[in-house]
Amino acid sequence: MTTTTLAVLVPLLPFLGAAAGLLLGRTAPGFIRPLAVLPTLASLVLAAIVAVRQGGDEAVNAATELTPTGSIPIELALHIDGFAALVAVLVGLVASCVQIYSTGYLRDDPRYPSYAALVSLFTSAMLLVVYSGDLMVLLVGWEVMGICSYFLVGHYWETPEARAASIKAFLVTKLGDVPFLIGLFALATDAGSFRITKVLDAVAGGGLDHPTLIALLLLAGVAGKSAQFPLHTWLPDAMAGPTPVSALIHAATMVAAGVYFVARLLPVFEASQAAMVVLAVMAAVTMTGSALAALAQDDIKRVLAYSTIGQLGYMTGALAVGDRGAAVFHLLSHGAFKALLFLAAGVIIHAAGTNSLAAMSRMGHLRDRVPDAYWTMTVALLALAAIPPFSGFFSKESVLGAAEHVATGHTEHAPGAAGWLVLVAGLLTALLTAAYATRLWLLAFYGQGAEAPDHGRQPLTMNVVLWVLAVPSLAVGGLAYRVLPDWFDGRDLTPTLTTSVVGTGVALVGGIVTYAAWRHTTALAARVPLGAVAAHPEGDAALVEAEAIASHEPAYGDIAYAPDPADPGRLLLGPLHRHAAVGFHLDAVYSALFVRPVQAAATLVRFLDREVVETYVRGAGATPRALGWAVRRAQTGNVQTYVSALLAGTVVLVVAAVLVATGA
Amino acid sequence: MHLAYPAVLSALLFCTGLYGVLARRNAILVLMSVELMLNAVNLNLVAFDVWLSRTAEETLHSGQALTLFTIAIAAAEIGIGLAIVLAVYRNRGTSDIDKLRDTAEGHEPEGADSDGDATAAEKAEATA
Repeated sequence: MTTTTLAVLVPLLPFLGAAAGLLLGRTAPGFIRPLAVLPTLASLVLAAIVAVRQGGDEAVNAATELTPTGSIPIELALHIDGFAALVAVLVGLVASCVQIYSTGYLRDDPRYPSYAALVSLFTSAMLLVVYSGDLMVLLVGWEVMGICSYFLVGHYWETPEARAASIKAFLVTKLGDVPFLIGLFALATDAGSFRITKVLDAVAGGGLDHPTLIALLLLAGVAGKSAQFPLHTWLPDAMAGPTPVSALIHAATMVAAGVYFVARLLPVFEASQAAMVVLAVMAAVTMTGSALAALAQDDIKRVLAYSTIGQLGYMTGALAVGDRGAAVFHLLSHGAFKALLFLAAGVIIHAAGTNSLAAMSRMGHLRDRVPDAYWTMTVALLALAAIPPFSGFFSKESVLGAAEHVATGHTEHAPGAAGWLVLVAGLLTALLTAAYATRLWLLAFYGQGAEAPDHGRQPLTMNVVLWVLAVPSLAVGGLAYRVLPDWFDGRDLTPTLTTSVVGTGVALVGGIVTYAAWRHTTALAARVPLGAVAAHPEGDAALVEAEAIASHEPAYGDIAYAPDPADPGRLLLGPLHRHAAVGFHLDAVYSALFVRPVQAAATLVRFLDREVVETYVRGAGATPRALGWAVRRAQTGNVQTYVSALLAGTVVLVVAAVLVATGA
Repeated sequence: MHLAYPAVLSALLFCTGLYGVLARRNAILVLMSVELMLNAVNLNLVAFDVWLSRTAEETLHSGQALTLFTIAIAAAEIGIGLAIVLAVYRNRGTSDIDKLRDTAEGHEPEGADSDGDATAAEKAEATA
């Protein structure tokens, strides 16, 4: 088969799997698991073959026009360069791992068929985004991911948190998608085509009339999808979904779509210096703010969610300094280790029966209950904290190296200010990242107190997947930085000495300071008992997690926060802790700026509808009724009365006619 | 004969008929009064036809022809009318127009009339 055929099959197979899963969900439950896992695995294999065949050479381009549109044509087009080929492999790998993991995680879940089908559909949409060579087709995948995210975040729709989170995720990303759509139209109008290759040609030829406007409109959509400030607030709340969904959608793939989109169209953004500076500011605010917030979260998955936002900030930072190779490198390594972190967190939540770090820090020997999760999560956290030789180190250093490169004025791609901004914020975030990674590790695994409950070993499918993902987190970074430039733009991704030393140094400082703070505070833990565990610890992992999410707010007073004096984050952040725990009050600001005005407007509309419009409607009904009632009073039933009235009328008419005729 | 005599006579007949229609309570008498009114009209038609044909060059005597129609229709009408009255009487035990008020607003279908038992008895008798 040709590379093009294989590439078409890659998104198609999970789509067919999803369709079959939705159709057969009730009638043939035995086929659901194979239908969920096998197409995804097959598309992983095909994506790997496509990647090998493409091999970082000339991009594979294929297009077919379905029907003439009358203006700018929309084509089913493929554009597979090194970025697309490798990102597709990552998507296939993470999606396969998540599907396998889900068979264990949602073992007894009654809604597993629709869940698995939606995950497949989501995978298909992401692969479509990755491979698409036409911006409109890309948008289709983009929006399908949005709706799948909505359904999957709301999987535990019995809990109010999940319902609110799914609506919030949908609305906030849509808030970005509307400008994104307008930006795509503007871009296509200026470039004369929706094809990525033609758009890039037009940009290279200076054919864009409004580069800044287009870039900023597109950035709004990217900020929504990739959870960048100020549209990131949906991502922490989206943790109300099942853990595999968080791993797939909210760590490894969908949120990476925005970064990937910018990487594909980087020349469009580079055409506008203003857009690059906006991107840099966005990245800097996102990564430092989210790292501070991550240090204060109590829910283990919310820590990881804020960490995802921060790592996405690194990627946008790399894009802001014009190095898409570094951005996609970090996307790949982050996709692997963050999926691992989430899946391991799912195992921990199942074993501990709670998602609260405060409660876990009061359980002894939790690490002995879940040894696989303990070791793999250690690897992934080291990768997250960018400790050599784990993969996160190399990708993060390539980002910092690119920023330093720009800051010292070696390139014309990007403004030097952007370079400094990304570099300083990146180093600060490296410190904070190491701090919250250490805090997570210590609180989750080195708790002291009563023995952690023993529910037996975790399902094999869940543990195997962790080790599969641990391999790229552990090893790929060191191997990849030499190979990847051939696949990408050819720019060197080797860590530079200065940033490596400084970056690793601040990471070590962050880790050691957190350890010291933990030693200081951990004595308090015994004095303040805390904790609530799931009511059905022997149920499957999904049930335990749903109960943990639902019980967090009643048990601790807030979904993100626990009043735990033994938390080292509280000591490190000091007075900032209260604000960081609630995400720096951004939700409150949005609530004041958008939610309350909309609700007030809704109240007004309801008043106008109920009191004004409906009064007219009721009047239209009531007036004829009243008139009819008056007329009906004349109906006595006596025929002679009617005839008398007829006579009287006739007489009146005759008199009138006579008067008119005689002219009186 | 002067036109005034038949015209006044027909006016008297018509007024008598009108009074009967409006004032009599028995349905048969009301029908008879309707006949009086119709015949007043017939008299008018004939009288005016004669009056007009005196001056006309040639005439079709359409007034007299129309009278024949009216008589025929009146015969049919009284036949149907009497049949209805008979049916009503058999059904209700009365042909009193004041009591046939089923089309009144707020009318109760059965049993709400003043003389329920009497009506039922008469009805049973009439149908027997």
